[in-house]
Amino acid sequence: MSLSASPEARWTSVGLTEEEYREIVRRLGREPNDVELGLFGVMWSEHCSYKSSRKLLKILPSAGERVRLGPGENAGVLDIGGGWAVALRIESHNHPSAVEPYQGAATGVGGIVRDILSTGARPVALLDALSFGLPDSPRDRALLRGIVEGIGGYGNCLGVPTVGGETVFHSGYDGQPLVNVMCVGLVRLERLVRGRAEGEGNVLMLVGARTGRDGIHGASLLASRGLSEGGEDKRPAVQVGDPFIGKRLIEACAELVEAGWVAGLTDLGAAGLTSAAAEAAGRAGRGVVLELDRVPLREDGMTPYEIMLSESQERMLIIATPEGAGRVEAACRRWGLEAAAVGRVTGDGYLRVRWRGREVAAVPVRDLTEAAPAYERPWRAPAPVTPEPGRGVAAGPSRGGAAAPSHGGAPRPADPSEAFLDFLSSVHVASRAPVYRRYDHEVQTNTVLRPGHDAAVIRVRGTRKGLALATDGAGRWGGLDPYYAGAIAVAEAARNVSCVGAEPIGLTDCLNFGNPEDPHVMWQFRRALEGIRDACLALGIPVTGGNVSFYNETDGRQIPPTPVVGMVGLIEDIERLVPSSPRCPGALWLLGGGAVSQEGSLWQMWREGRVHGQCPPLDLSLEAAVQALVREAAGHGWIRAAHDVSDGGLLVAAAEMALSPEIPWGLRLQLPEAGDAWTAAYGEGGARVLVVPAGPEAERALMRRAEERAVPCREVGRLTEDGRVIVKSGRDAWVDVAAERAARAWKEGWAWLL
Amino acid sequence: MRLGVVIFPGSNCDRDALAAAEIAGYEAVPLWHGESAVEGVDAIILPGGFSYGDALRAGALAATAPVMAGVRRFAARGGAVLGICNGFQILCEAGLLPGALTRNRDLAFHCHDVALTVVTARTPWTRALAPGERLVLPVAHGEGRYVVPPEELDRLEAQDQIVFRYEDNFNGSCGAVAGVCNRAGNVVGMMPHPERRVEAVLGGEAGLGVFRSLRLAAAGVTRP
Repeated sequence: MSLSASPEARWTSVGLTEEEYREIVRRLGREPNDVELGLFGVMWSEHCSYKSSRKLLKILPSAGERVRLGPGENAGVLDIGGGWAVALRIESHNHPSAVEPYQGAATGVGGIVRDILSTGARPVALLDALSFGLPDSPRDRALLRGIVEGIGGYGNCLGVPTVGGETVFHSGYDGQPLVNVMCVGLVRLERLVRGRAEGEGNVLMLVGARTGRDGIHGASLLASRGLSEGGEDKRPAVQVGDPFIGKRLIEACAELVEAGWVAGLTDLGAAGLTSAAAEAAGRAGRGVVLELDRVPLREDGMTPYEIMLSESQERMLIIATPEGAGRVEAACRRWGLEAAAVGRVTGDGYLRVRWRGREVAAVPVRDLTEAAPAYERPWRAPAPVTPEPGRGVAAGPSRGGAAAPSHGGAPRPADPSEAFLDFLSSVHVASRAPVYRRYDHEVQTNTVLRPGHDAAVIRVRGTRKGLALATDGAGRWGGLDPYYAGAIAVAEAARNVSCVGAEPIGLTDCLNFGNPEDPHVMWQFRRALEGIRDACLALGIPVTGGNVSFYNETDGRQIPPTPVVGMVGLIEDIERLVPSSPRCPGALWLLGGGAVSQEGSLWQMWREGRVHGQCPPLDLSLEAAVQALVREAAGHGWIRAAHDVSDGGLLVAAAEMALSPEIPWGLRLQLPEAGDAWTAAYGEGGARVLVVPAGPEAERALMRRAEERAVPCREVGRLTEDGRVIVKSGRDAWVDVAAERAARAWKEGWAWLL
Repeated sequence: MRLGVVIFPGSNCDRDALAAAEIAGYEAVPLWHGESAVEGVDAIILPGGFSYGDALRAGALAATAPVMAGVRRFAARGGAVLGICNGFQILCEAGLLPGALTRNRDLAFHCHDVALTVVTARTPWTRALAPGERLVLPVAHGEGRYVVPPEELDRLEAQDQIVFRYEDNFNGSCGAVAGVCNRAGNVVGMMPHPERRVEAVLGGEAGLGVFRSLRLAAAGVTRP
């Protein structure tokens, strides 16, 4: 990055505005030098400072009796009892993945893993919430393949199981995919570490990979701006990951934390050494002095500016006592990692940078961190939008020429059986096994429920406890009503973990939006936050932190507002967990209810290539009651399977329960007498869960508790052993196909994509 | 009995193998890649993972680590050695097992259950199993396609060195080989992960037989 002499070039070169530059001059009482300006550029970037969102994020409930670390830390930490705590965080890597899908996604995994490491926890699970454009262009398919490969390439090598997530398609993500990666770790409470530079005189040790010229201005120029067509020029701002170093960092950190030699720990992510040192000092109310001559470099001739802003991957900053520094170095050396003492903690509240015997930067830590600008961006509710013309959806090879969607408008569904098969095999509904089979989801041998259920469950070794993990994104609803999207993302993620029998205990959110300088985007953001807040309050779930990703725009085209929620549920006894498909057939009951509609549904998305209309009504108290009932039923062993009714509606949920076993069950489903069969089958809305009761006695108990909790509850069908899927509307068989054929449609629908 | 599990930098199933060995009733100890002495153990496991980040070729660098000198000596004395996944790759690279493991036929990483047929029970790691027995174990690898020249495959078959075969040869291995042993039978490599199936809560105990075999072998139990 060359800094030209012209005044305007000074601030634009580091991604700041003129006002921000003037503010820096005012605070310092002088012009910043080039190094200092670089520090402000990255630390005041949207990505690091959350300047457009910081004030608004305060509305999210973050308190709870289990919360040990909340927002503002490297990761949230929840007490799960028995001396154990779970660390969780989700983060986006959208921009890098759009520019360079493999490395962008890979470093997304690496980055979030190091956030979890920063708490002293050992990473135990990864989840990926991915959103793609409709895969009808080679470019969008290439993005999909690159991103899936990048996640596997890094995560598999790292030895952290990738246990869940989701993959959605929507034309709003054409060319600008979302890659949101969640990591969960486990730590003994007494070993919990914080990203704080405590203790004057303590040593800052830079551990891991050497510092190179990669990723300079990744945070300020890549992640804090929109993309433009031909973003190839931004490729140098994408970092390259090395999971082999990442893996050794995990082991070295685990060893050091276990030995108690770490006073503070933080990762080097966006804005590299600058952000790690400044934030660690800021959290502790301290200062730091950095000696750049001691930073191990990948190449000669790097300037202080480059060293401070490098986003080279696989680096951690360990704060050690002077006596402990030698031990840290020895432990790292054992794992083949370099560890260099690059600075120390001071008491003056300044970030000072020394290089070749002189001070090249001196900036108050506060001005880089908590006192960075925070804006109340103008916001405006949108005028009613004219829907854009529909477009076709690549649904894979169509069978029977039935209701295969075509370009330009919605064909009337032809034969319901053929339409059912086509929908099942569409990219929107088909089994995600082709994706998760690319990821090692069993390493560490704790995965009790593997991908493919409502939530993955990993056990806490040495206890009876399990963690249920799920992500849920709501971009499809975001364009219709961001408030509903925020609320339903929380509700459905909580419903997912409840379905396996776990109590949702905390969530981390990843908020993907367009350009915050656009008042409509800011309105979307505020509404989504309000939705998240209201759902969290209704369900009693704290937000432990997360990530905001703005500027998801390409040439002014904004993504649909996409709140993504990563949920952690706690299950006290893993013997009590409930899969989403039963081991033996039985009755199928629907718990809950609410109005359903085709508007905004996946069915509408598939048939028309877009969604439009109104979101269904939200009933958060019914939601809470349904989830509590499912958990109670699981705890008592009243149900053998539970599956959330959401994407694709009632029929898709029932079909997934029937078709996911190796040898599929047959299915009988009775649609309600009244109303349109298509809406009853595929409409979405309400708070609904399908369960398979464990027998007549369990049915009676379930019925009684449902009444007491005022949750509607009725038998809607059964899983059978006769190999047929028969859906009745009134007395007529509306869909009638062989289960084997339906299973093939669902399981092989994706084969052409990856 | 005491079982040693080698930890290379980048091993990631080392802790799983240690835990599985303990569940199977053995004492389990880690062996460090930098130490060439591997004394005091009755059997050795080279675990799965990405030793040295798969640099050069999977297993290529680990095959030259100091600990491998000890593993060689141990194997030469007839000690029981099992390489799982990356461990199998390392044993092939080290020349302790015939053949090589190359990228899967479809060039993709595969993580799912596979059905295996036990071919021989003569090794210390299959003594508790019966030839023809069907085992379902998970695989998790991108480079598990076993390759040997056709005449070598014939020789392996003739010498009873094929240990496991895939029922569905998803990765394109020569002869659908999922596991092989050396001529003497004491060194075994397999791509599937028996250590991931030793507890009912994790989906079954199909892998326990591999671990239990050791005890039978030590007691001198042989099967026809």
